[in-house]
Amino acid sequence: MTSQGPSGGENHPSNSGAKSTPAPVKRRGPEVQRAAVALPPEGFALAERLPEALAAHEVEVGAAIDEVVCRVPADHLVDVCRQLKDDPTFGFDYLRLLTVVDYVEQDGEFEVVYHLYSMTHRHKMMVKTRLPERRPSISSVTGVWRGADWYEREMHDLFGVEFNGHPNLVPLVLPDDFDGFPGRKNYPLNDYEEW
Amino acid sequence: MTENVAPTNLGSTIIQVPSPEPGTVDMMVNMGPQHPATHGVFRMELRVDGEQIQDLVPHIGYLHRGSEKLCEHESYSQIITLFDRLDYVSNFNNELVIVSAVEKLMDVAPPPRAELIRIIMCEFNRIASHLLFYGTFAIDMGAITPLLYNFRDREKIQALFESVSGARMMHNYFRVGGVKEDVADEFESRSLALCDELEHGIDETDRLLTENEIFLERTSGIGVISGEDALDWGLSGPVLRASGVPYDVRVDEPYSRYDELDFGIPVGSAGDCWDRFYVRILEARESVSIIRQAIALMEPGDTMSKIRRIARPPAGEVYAHCENPRGDLGVYIVSEGGERPYRLKVRPPSFCNLQALRDLTVGHYIADAVVILGTLDIVLGEVDR
Repeated sequence: MTSQGPSGGENHPSNSGAKSTPAPVKRRGPEVQRAAVALPPEGFALAERLPEALAAHEVEVGAAIDEVVCRVPADHLVDVCRQLKDDPTFGFDYLRLLTVVDYVEQDGEFEVVYHLYSMTHRHKMMVKTRLPERRPSISSVTGVWRGADWYEREMHDLFGVEFNGHPNLVPLVLPDDFDGFPGRKNYPLNDYEEW
Repeated sequence: MTENVAPTNLGSTIIQVPSPEPGTVDMMVNMGPQHPATHGVFRMELRVDGEQIQDLVPHIGYLHRGSEKLCEHESYSQIITLFDRLDYVSNFNNELVIVSAVEKLMDVAPPPRAELIRIIMCEFNRIASHLLFYGTFAIDMGAITPLLYNFRDREKIQALFESVSGARMMHNYFRVGGVKEDVADEFESRSLALCDELEHGIDETDRLLTENEIFLERTSGIGVISGEDALDWGLSGPVLRASGVPYDVRVDEPYSRYDELDFGIPVGSAGDCWDRFYVRILEARESVSIIRQAIALMEPGDTMSKIRRIARPPAGEVYAHCENPRGDLGVYIVSEGGERPYRLKVRPPSFCNLQALRDLTVGHYIADAVVILGTLDIVLGEVDR
């Protein structure tokens, strides 16, 4: 991704300090547009209840296209997840996806994204948290949803994020002796020489 | 045993033989990665006590190609070809996920005719995938015959795919905003005729296997998982529905034009291997009915909406998912604008379903492990990516 500058990235209120460099980036082509947000009714209801219910955890509620996005500080993550699962009015009993996004070039941070779904209420949301570039580590959510097990192992392989409290954080998709974190942006795509 | 030693009248002692106690130790058995019953390059490390499994450690990654990283370096139209190669027995369903994700991000909708062509292709692909499952599952238990019948029928579906897309498997037929080209005039009549043949073929498999006594002995009560555990593990698709959870993306978050179609969701009750098999038989019948309804709805029209040929979605992030034959296949795209995604992550249903393998197999026999793995119906191309 060399064509777009950092301002094409996430609108990130908590990290506005990183945008202090006013160096104008010369672009060809039109200005980057952002996708329109249109929450469904159950999403609106969720977005209204979340800040109050999670008031103890310094969360920040936003939206992406049709999903509620909740930003959580890394040290509150497991508590928030457990509350979202156990509170019957939320009932997020299904972890759809757990992934890491590399924003090191823009903000010097990794973002861990949890996609949740509730089978009883049929609503969905994303929980996000940011980790520093150096020694990224976060508590494991395998105690909340067992299905997080392999996702966390895979993300540990590819991005080098430590999931503390994971029962068995050994390589899953990469060989045991593999060196480096191939999911990261700074890992070259073709790192072999022709022979 | 010294207290039992009594002197004989000759002055020598009697030595009592102790009662036998087993001195067996657990044995490690390695299955795979080159093993026909693992359906691909998948390795299981079993700790067995005789024939009984005490522990199972699955090893994946032998087919890891870094597809997600590769996607970050390709344009959206090129990514469609990479998605074909994830779950390589249900290619159309995979293509649908990526094109619908980009369409959701760009807020465009394909023309109604294209939506119906997609649905018909995906449902045919679901049947083809399930046919492959019945056959290989029967082989896992030593029954060769069903596979031959199922491949006969699957071949007819692939011939239809070839007539539409030009390829039997790696189609690259769906486009962001529509499909590559319209179907031929005889497509509808051919599909309807194929539906009848498939219905007959599914009935045949049903008669051959479902109530066969040996089949029942091998499958009922084997590899049971409760609905709660299944949700906790993040299972989806027929594996989740067999445990009694009626979750199907086509109904719960209707995409494309599925909300106009009337179909049932087969749900099991016991959550054992037999349920996971029979749910798929019923699902294939529902798919036949969906295809017939979709063909009845087809009207002439465009098959590609008028958008730029090179997709340039706005910045933002999107999660889109569709019901794959194996479960809930999703894709999470982070876009920063431009023609390539910044980050692309696949939610692979086989990967999640495979996680539960250890819980399902421990306590059963080695031969049951093969059967249980068969009912999870994994495709390693998607597990490893």
